[in-house]
Amino acid sequence: MTLLELRDVSKVYGTGPAQTHALDTVSLSVEAGSMVAVMGPSGSGKSTLLTIAGSLEDPTDGEVFVDGAALSGMSRAQRAQLRRRFIGFVFQDYNLLPGLTAAENVALPLELDGTAVRKARIAGMAALDELDLADRADHFPDELSGGERQRVAIARAMVGQHRLLLADEPSGALDSVNAESVMRLIHTACKRGMAAVVVTHDAQLASWADRVVFLRDGRVADQTRPTPGPETLLTPGPGR
Amino acid sequence: MSVRHALLALLTEGPKYGLQLREEFVARTGEVWPLNVGQVYTTLQRLERDGLVESDDAAEPGPQKGFRITTDGEQELSGWLRTPPDLTSPPRDELVIKVLVALRVPGTNVHEVIQVHRRYLVELMQQWTRLKEDEADFDLGLALVVDAELFRLDSVIRWLDAADGRLKRAAAEPATPDPAATPRIRLKVGVRR
Ligand SMILES: Nc1ncnc2c1ncn2[C@@H]1O[C@H](COP(=O)(O)OP(=O)(O)OP(=O)(O)O)[C@@H](O)[C@H]1O
Ligand SMILES: [Mg+2]
Repeated sequence: MTLLELRDVSKVYGTGPAQTHALDTVSLSVEAGSMVAVMGPSGSGKSTLLTIAGSLEDPTDGEVFVDGAALSGMSRAQRAQLRRRFIGFVFQDYNLLPGLTAAENVALPLELDGTAVRKARIAGMAALDELDLADRADHFPDELSGGERQRVAIARAMVGQHRLLLADEPSGALDSVNAESVMRLIHTACKRGMAAVVVTHDAQLASWADRVVFLRDGRVADQTRPTPGPETLLTPGPGR
Repeated sequence: MSVRHALLALLTEGPKYGLQLREEFVARTGEVWPLNVGQVYTTLQRLERDGLVESDDAAEPGPQKGFRITTDGEQELSGWLRTPPDLTSPPRDELVIKVLVALRVPGTNVHEVIQVHRRYLVELMQQWTRLKEDEADFDLGLALVVDAELFRLDSVIRWLDAADGRLKRAAAEPATPDPAATPRIRLKVGVRR
């Protein structure tokens, strides 16, 4: 089942000589249960791809389908509901609300969607605990380290029954141990049927994905082929 | 990979037979380094010649012959563990050569060449990462080996990314080639041949 599909999506910012073709006829589909990593140099359109996939921005051209439904056919309210119910976001700059504690930040999307406060808090605590942050639950964002803030943002994206995770550099501020537990968490959620698009510069993180897509100048330049099992690593081949 | 020192290390746990050493070596390195029995016996013979291990004198070479580490062997092992590997003179890297050559071959898009290698390396990393997936039967030795391999491949990808960016910037700038630059690069690389 395809949870996310971009069909010939282009995005042009600005007009005249200041025009930027951030995305140029990009097509991508992501199945339930799979993780796709997007790599590419700075400015290649990775964040643009995520914001368009998450209905936060409209493409200049092309169409986006989430769970089979075209975003262009939805009202603002319908999209907002889709984002709350269906999609977890991790933004490049975390986007935590400064006036709320870690636990409140994580529980917020559930509460906004009508979950009872107590229930939302319990689910939020569980998500924080998965990322080893239970003891930071009552801290405000400015009382957290960069890596802790990032993990709170990830907990917030993973809480509830989101079926699609869109994460922009989810490990930028994390050391390798924490980065690995974040990727393991996303990987496990995908094995349970979630779909994820993870933007990253880091090949070690990307290597958790089922498929890695390489963007260049707003286009899909290349992607990895299905990987054989690790057994083949033990047979010396070309280049080893 | 020093098989010599790996065998010495296994012998610090007590006397062992050749076949047993081979099995333990393979198991402890996460079965990533295959090692045949022949290699084990040749290495043991050399270690014995150098006085780093001793064997039961009576027995013929073969599966029945037990080995133990000597004091000299222990000292050798301890010294080796603390000797930095030679990282100062990098091995002549085939990939670096390929990218440099791609720049010189007419009609070759160097970015495309770089991408072919980048994709291959990421695919290789995906395979290594698969070994981490099942945390339950992921032993510590294997974890360390896999990490080392992932960091190594990762550093090659970073170099490709840096090269890609550098070449893109160079192409965007007006061409004012420094006549001295090319021969100097060639000289540095060529010296290690
Ligand atoms: N709101 C905007 N208005 C104008 N140009 C924009 C806007 N957002 C992005 N761009 C431009 O679109 C291009 C793609 O930007 P994008 O943020 O998608 O890159 P990226 O791949 O995420 O880069 P990075 O790795 O640095 O985060 C860039 O050239 C950027 O300057
Ligand atoms: Mg970005």
